[in-house]
Amino acid sequence: MSSETKQILTTDGIPLEVSLKKAERKNKIKAFLLVAPLLLFLIITYVFPIGDMLFRSVDDKMVTQMLPKTFKAMENWDGQELPDEEVFAAFHEDFIKLVENKREGKLSTQLNYTKNGFKSIIKKLRRKSKSFEEGNYKEQIMSVHKRWADVEYWRAIQRRAPEFTGQKYLKGMDMYVNEEGKIVSVEEDRRIHRVLWLRTLEIAFFVTVFCFLMAYPIAHLLATLPMKYSNLLMICVLLPFWTSLLVRTASWMILLQQQGIVNDFFVGIGLVADDNRPEMMYNKTGSYVAMTQILLPFMVLPLYSVMKTISPSLMRAGKSLGGTPFVAFWKVYFPLTIPGIGAGCLLVFILAIGYYITPALVGGASGTLISNQIAFHMKSTLDWSFASAMGLMLLSGVLVIYWLYNKIVGIDNIKLG
Amino acid sequence: MALKKDFVKFDKVDKSYDGKVLVVKDLQLDIEEGEFVTMLGPSGSGKTTCLMMLAGFETPTNGEIYLDGKAISSIPPHKRGIGMVFQNYALFPHMTVYENLAFPLRVRKIPKDEADKKIDKALSMVSLQGFASRMPGQLSGGQQQRVAVARSLVFDPQLVLMDEPLGALDKNLRESMQYEIKHIHENIGVTVVYVTHDQSEALTMSNRIAVFNDGKVQQLSSPDELYEKPVNSFVAEFIGENNTFVGEVSDISGGKCKVKIANTDILANPISVKGKGEKTKISLRPERALINPSDKMDNIHSGKIEEVIYHGDHTRVRINLLGNNQFILKVPNSSANLDIKLGKDIKIGWNSEDARALDPS
Repeated sequence: MSSETKQILTTDGIPLEVSLKKAERKNKIKAFLLVAPLLLFLIITYVFPIGDMLFRSVDDKMVTQMLPKTFKAMENWDGQELPDEEVFAAFHEDFIKLVENKREGKLSTQLNYTKNGFKSIIKKLRRKSKSFEEGNYKEQIMSVHKRWADVEYWRAIQRRAPEFTGQKYLKGMDMYVNEEGKIVSVEEDRRIHRVLWLRTLEIAFFVTVFCFLMAYPIAHLLATLPMKYSNLLMICVLLPFWTSLLVRTASWMILLQQQGIVNDFFVGIGLVADDNRPEMMYNKTGSYVAMTQILLPFMVLPLYSVMKTISPSLMRAGKSLGGTPFVAFWKVYFPLTIPGIGAGCLLVFILAIGYYITPALVGGASGTLISNQIAFHMKSTLDWSFASAMGLMLLSGVLVIYWLYNKIVGIDNIKLG
Repeated sequence: MALKKDFVKFDKVDKSYDGKVLVVKDLQLDIEEGEFVTMLGPSGSGKTTCLMMLAGFETPTNGEIYLDGKAISSIPPHKRGIGMVFQNYALFPHMTVYENLAFPLRVRKIPKDEADKKIDKALSMVSLQGFASRMPGQLSGGQQQRVAVARSLVFDPQLVLMDEPLGALDKNLRESMQYEIKHIHENIGVTVVYVTHDQSEALTMSNRIAVFNDGKVQQLSSPDELYEKPVNSFVAEFIGENNTFVGEVSDISGGKCKVKIANTDILANPISVKGKGEKTKISLRPERALINPSDKMDNIHSGKIEEVIYHGDHTRVRINLLGNNQFILKVPNSSANLDIKLGKDIKIGWNSEDARALDPS
């Protein structure tokens, strides 16, 4: 088969591949230039921030740089008993430098993340260190406060030596590295994050289920009604899309509050007593109701676009072949809508899992999600590295769901329109 | 066992979608068992609506449809046991060919080994053995069509409905499928009701053809009768090619009538004219008019050749005859001695019984 191995030439004698590449080059450049703005935009707004977030979540250089000499001196310390004079002297030297630059406050905040109780003893050390004499720093520092003589606190300092740390991730799972260097869970009454993760998954899951149950009939109706009615219905579905998210959430607050319209109606028809109005807001119910309504279009649209392509004659065929309407629906129609169901559920679940504004406004204490916790650390505690770590955990959770979906249903099966 | 004359019976069926316009008017139609009946008509003539009423997807506004003696208006489609082939095949795209064919058997709870035999038989009937594990998307249009036919027959229905099943195929395939469906019908003897707007399809395949127009059956008869003896001018014009003359009856006697056209009288066969002075439209098939007529023909006129179009096996000649410049003649190409030239005057003749004087509309 020499003809297969032989290079094919064009009429002018140029190898075919070269000629083809040349002919295609212009198109390729054009295509690249067309996507270049988007590519650049994605790199700037997506790749770069996520990379930064990843870095921030494990970055622990701050303390490393604040106490360089201390950590150098600690290299020889076995961590069993109190460190010797060399470490204390190095720590004193680093500390004086920090005080000169007025950065000892930051150090106390950072060390306090690792172990509670550093704040006050560093404040005290700063006051006392002004009158320290040269030499024998161990004695002088230990005399400032009894905690400075506690080996636990020195171990806590030592734990901050590495430039990178995964402890923010552990903290996100309510775990930490204890004194022996083992990963353990925090005490049961302090495990707030696990509850939040579970609640986030639970709310996202049920919101997806509710959206699916409500959107399926609507989408079917949209796809089968005559044009003039379906257009009207489509506008009804899309109308919330064109309204501000905040306005919609606020209107749910008006509807759901204890003196609100829904409660008034329940009392009016005698379903509940006036003095026993149920709380439908500032709890999970509020989050469920508002999020389901807000995310509904994201389920309706992919379902609609898939159902629109299913020929009505398929259902007729199913019936004419002897299938009851239910069998025709279940065996013929439903399997054909699976790509739309997959797309809609994935979309709603992923949006719900990171939902922020609505739970913050109507969720109360029991209806807030992990994203509210992330926002809390971004704005209030300013522990950005922890916020980044939780953000990344959320992102990887979404990626895991995406991967699972791909394994089970197949991502090429998805259809958004 | 005698075949039932009225296996399917439409009895005074009316259908309206909006309460204002009747799409089917007073339909009266009997279909014999084992017959291949085609409903033929232009789009919007009500033929598909009739089929859908028979299948159970539309309900008659008035009247009743009987299948094998039973009124079926109140029976839902899935209990009627009617096979159906849809316009775009309506194969289930997520099932293999085998699963598509197994669907009607499975819902009837037929045991698997028996079902497999039936499926094999149905597939061999449409010569698609070995295609059982393919998905419909991997088949060509013609193969999909055959699967659809096999699926409509696999559960041995008494009646099969076909709704323009060949509409989406190209011309050659359509023709070969016409013969194939015809042969399947002849072999298994099932009753078929076929809907099409393609008259050649209807003529090729059917035992009888019901020509629909304006919600009514214009004529129900065998293909040859429909072509040779149309009862009104709609049928005459809808089926096959047709030359027409519009005129006024000047005399009726002895099974012939004289019709005055452009100051000339021509002899015609009075079909729907009764007396003098009536307006009429005369219909004459192109192949019934001859060039160089023999003297036996009772209509001989001369006209001028306006156009000559070569068609391979025959030549179409357009002639200006008696004020009608759309008069078409089909001249077989074997008669090469004929002298057909543009602008020439020639003599044309036909027998008066082939010129049917119909209603003027």
